[in-house]
Amino acid sequence: MKQGLHPLLMIALVAAVTLFGRVLPTWTLSLATVAASNALIALGIVVLARTGNVSFGQGLFFAAGGYGVALIANVWGVTDAVAQMIIGAVCGGLLGLVIGPLIARYSGIFFGMLTLALSMVLYGALVKSTALGGSDGFNVGRPSLFGMSFNDPREADFMLYAVSVITTGFAGIAATILFRSELGLASLAVRENNLRVEYLGISANLVITINFVIAAIFAGASGAFALMAQRHIDPQFAYWTTSGEFVFVAVLAGYQSVAAVFVASMALELVRSFSNLYLPNTWQLVLGVFLLGVILFLPRGIGSLWIRERQKRMRPTAATPIAAQKEATL
Amino acid sequence: MNFFLTIVVDGLIQASWLFIVALGLTLVFGVLKILNIAHGSFYALGAYIAATAVTMVAARSLPPSVGFVAMLVSVALIASAVGFLLERGLLKMFYSRDEVVLLLVTYAVFLILEDVTKLIWGVNPIYATQPYELFGNVAFAGLYYVGYDLVLIPISAAIGFAVWFGLNRTVTGKIVLAVIHNEEMSVSMGVRVNRVYAVAFAFGVLLASLAGALTAPKISMQPGLSSDVIILSFAIVVIGGLGSVEGAAVGAILVGLARAASVHLVPQAELFMIYLIMTAVLMFRPEGLFKRETARRI
Repeated sequence: MKQGLHPLLMIALVAAVTLFGRVLPTWTLSLATVAASNALIALGIVVLARTGNVSFGQGLFFAAGGYGVALIANVWGVTDAVAQMIIGAVCGGLLGLVIGPLIARYSGIFFGMLTLALSMVLYGALVKSTALGGSDGFNVGRPSLFGMSFNDPREADFMLYAVSVITTGFAGIAATILFRSELGLASLAVRENNLRVEYLGISANLVITINFVIAAIFAGASGAFALMAQRHIDPQFAYWTTSGEFVFVAVLAGYQSVAAVFVASMALELVRSFSNLYLPNTWQLVLGVFLLGVILFLPRGIGSLWIRERQKRMRPTAATPIAAQKEATL
Repeated sequence: MNFFLTIVVDGLIQASWLFIVALGLTLVFGVLKILNIAHGSFYALGAYIAATAVTMVAARSLPPSVGFVAMLVSVALIASAVGFLLERGLLKMFYSRDEVVLLLVTYAVFLILEDVTKLIWGVNPIYATQPYELFGNVAFAGLYYVGYDLVLIPISAAIGFAVWFGLNRTVTGKIVLAVIHNEEMSVSMGVRVNRVYAVAFAFGVLLASLAGALTAPKISMQPGLSSDVIILSFAIVVIGGLGSVEGAAVGAILVGLARAASVHLVPQAELFMIYLIMTAVLMFRPEGLFKRETARRI
């Protein structure tokens, strides 16, 4: 496989993007923060999708991270942004460790349905729990960083932007390394044929579980960022349409490139805010048409725009038995 | 005892319309192997069209029974046309792709329809209550019920029976079953699978929107209706087994009773209960309660 960018170069890129935030106007800054946070969770979905499973319930870990951080912030007064991010990641990861081994046995539609069901269980519980504010949720205070508190909103926005971009950037670098590692390659093999992987002496379930936990950690951290950006949390974090949006970003990006996830997430946020501005009440319509267009014309995502030639060589012969079967009949 | 009866009757009323929605979803999955996220949107579409029909009839000061018939007929016509066009015009293009891709296509359709209904009918709740008084009130074991609610139960049973009969006792139904079972074989036997696909999808849409129309007089139509309904019908078809008619019936009754029971006993746990059942079923019988054993195809 062709080698991508060197990790050091990627670190430099992350630093450049972070500093670039200094010159961005305020509205772009908060947009980019949300985009970076969504990119993080979508990256988790991409990691998991390399094993052939799409999770329609990442909202579960997103909400777990968000609520975990919000509760700890309100009870123990932890306001540090980095600490909150770590708490979110730990909350998501722990839940992932519990659910991952149970869910790894499933595949395809059942995997998607089970993740969706679990996130809706959490949603149903959260909506009715009066201690956590029910369907209205509750507020948390402004995050700080290393003991500094930010009273100027512009500075606070930049701090959040910097922390989320750096975190997502490093998650991206980690994912790139993961994709090239033994585990990453085994994941692709699980997607193509999990029985053969088992015959080769690798546990397909273990591969799926590890990827699932990684996706859960990313989702938890992303939930922490969403909380810090909104300073408010409600059960909508766990609702299935929230999870759907993250899958949307992952599909938009395609499963080939890490950079594409960031581009896709930013594109989605731009489409959303512009259609909010010019076509209020129809942004979902725009989103739907956009999604159909991507599936139709860029079946391998935005990433396929710049890594086309590599894919041609790597293209698997038949997608899935069902797809091949449908191809034969139609 | 009376309390128990209330739960059972309430549960059956819930189950009756949920069954019609879930039946459409399960048929579409059985034939086309698509888990249709937009199914709830067709329910909402049916409810909105019904509301418009009822309001138009009421504005001409015709009796509510005319409104009832008008809403069913208009919904049936529009919904089957929409379903047919959608399958032929859109879904057809994606059959050669992964089933997850098809899931996303229906998600896109869901997003689009969500806003289309907002554009046509606005975001404020609308009502169509006229037919609700059509069947009067019924005193039943010391409890009062709105007749309309009770009428839904036999209607839904009749629809369920008709679908079962149509599938198992008619030639067309046998052809559909053949496609469900093995489409490659059906093609080689000369079945026009394309046509079966289009008709099955249109029929699924028709069922969803009929359920919407039937419940329209009971509820207020507002945005968010579709995502609530799809989440319930997913639970039903997964509990019963994707693609199974009997399963949809049992799943609908289970979900209806669970909803009614939790509303009366522990109102905090409504959605939670349903999804807990669904998770438990998926954990122990991932193919659902009623999935027939099939040979593994390599």
